[in-house]
Amino acid sequence: MTQPSPTSGGASSDRTGRFVTQPNGHVTPLSPHMGIWRWHVTMAASILFRATVIAATVGALIVVAWLGALAFGPDAYATALATAGSPLGLFVGFGLTVVLFSFILNGTRHTINDTGNGLTIKSSTILSRIAVWAPVPLAILFWVVLFAVGRVSL
Amino acid sequence: MVQLSLPRGSKPTKGKVHKAAPGSKDVRTYKVYRYDPEVDADPRWDTFEVPTGDHGPMLLDALIHIKNEIDPTLSFRRSCREGICGSCSMNIDGRNTLACTKGWDECQSHNITIAPLPHQPVIKDLVTDLSLFYAQYDSIQPYLQSDEPDPEKERLQTPAEREKLDGLYECILCACCSTSCPSYWWNQEEYLGPAALLQSYRWISDSRDDATQKRLDDLEDPFKLYRCHTIMNCAQVCPKGLNPAKAIAETKKLMVAPSRKRQAA
Repeated sequence: MTQPSPTSGGASSDRTGRFVTQPNGHVTPLSPHMGIWRWHVTMAASILFRATVIAATVGALIVVAWLGALAFGPDAYATALATAGSPLGLFVGFGLTVVLFSFILNGTRHTINDTGNGLTIKSSTILSRIAVWAPVPLAILFWVVLFAVGRVSL
Repeated sequence: MVQLSLPRGSKPTKGKVHKAAPGSKDVRTYKVYRYDPEVDADPRWDTFEVPTGDHGPMLLDALIHIKNEIDPTLSFRRSCREGICGSCSMNIDGRNTLACTKGWDECQSHNITIAPLPHQPVIKDLVTDLSLFYAQYDSIQPYLQSDEPDPEKERLQTPAEREKLDGLYECILCACCSTSCPSYWWNQEEYLGPAALLQSYRWISDSRDDATQKRLDDLEDPFKLYRCHTIMNCAQVCPKGLNPAKAIAETKKLMVAPSRKRQAA
């Protein structure tokens, strides 16, 4: 058993005075949350959007690096293009395409929500399913088209 | 603040197992959160094996059976047993609901987890401290504020005006929605939560109320209203079938309505 201490127990940053020392010497415990919750796709879509934004930030840095290579001159740009065309570069490119589609679809979902629509349980579930599952097949389709038209090759 | 895991001293340990009598039929296993502020121990999960024939059809029946027949120290709130008072709100089978209206045969498995409302201070067992939740409800001034003098009888509404309150006034303040919301879990000291915001919109929508602009001004804050990210847990768990997320979205629309901007100017 954990030894009681003034900081053990409830929310660490509590300012409401609800987490107090109990008769047993322990601080009021915090009830379980993430560990017991049965997830729904709307919750998954929300947290995935957060992850998407972080990944998109990384993608933005890669775009900045690409522009930087362009500014440095032909040799640097050739190196950047070679890196982007390598298997690792293509893998990162595919990942960023997934992120881009996820960003677009989740952004569209939120835009629809901001108009007061798509907020029934059924419609929000459908919109979230699209935002969670569609980015990967859309990215595959995007890259298949890129290879098919010859813009990218191995 | 996001706090994905429970802090030290809040993590439940393995508790007692109360086995059903040998040969019992149609046994359900209830894994129940236990915490006693007078006993020097961390929270724990107790397991109760109960034949469904021993109690009625609802989870509240099962809990009352456990309290009466197996462990009288089990604490939980309950009153009306028909989904009106909102007292027996708790987390059952991974979702917040009322124990009195949730049938044990509606649960996804025979092993049913019963926990207090999530991310709240625990007073004892399934009883949580809802003082902040009530203070937030109080903060939205949940009463009629009219500039008109008191009428001799009632304040009249057209049927269409009254219809706008449907889906809003039925809230029983069980806290299922607010304590289901991850945004509320992480920011409950600043974010008002779905229940308070649903009731705020209930008064904003009331044709008899003249404090609409003041009510909207009070919500002009980075956290109070705008921490809703349409995660939709609130609408999924509401035992009365209400939709706080929709009410919050409508409130957000009113915040940026041209008429409101003109008034501010």
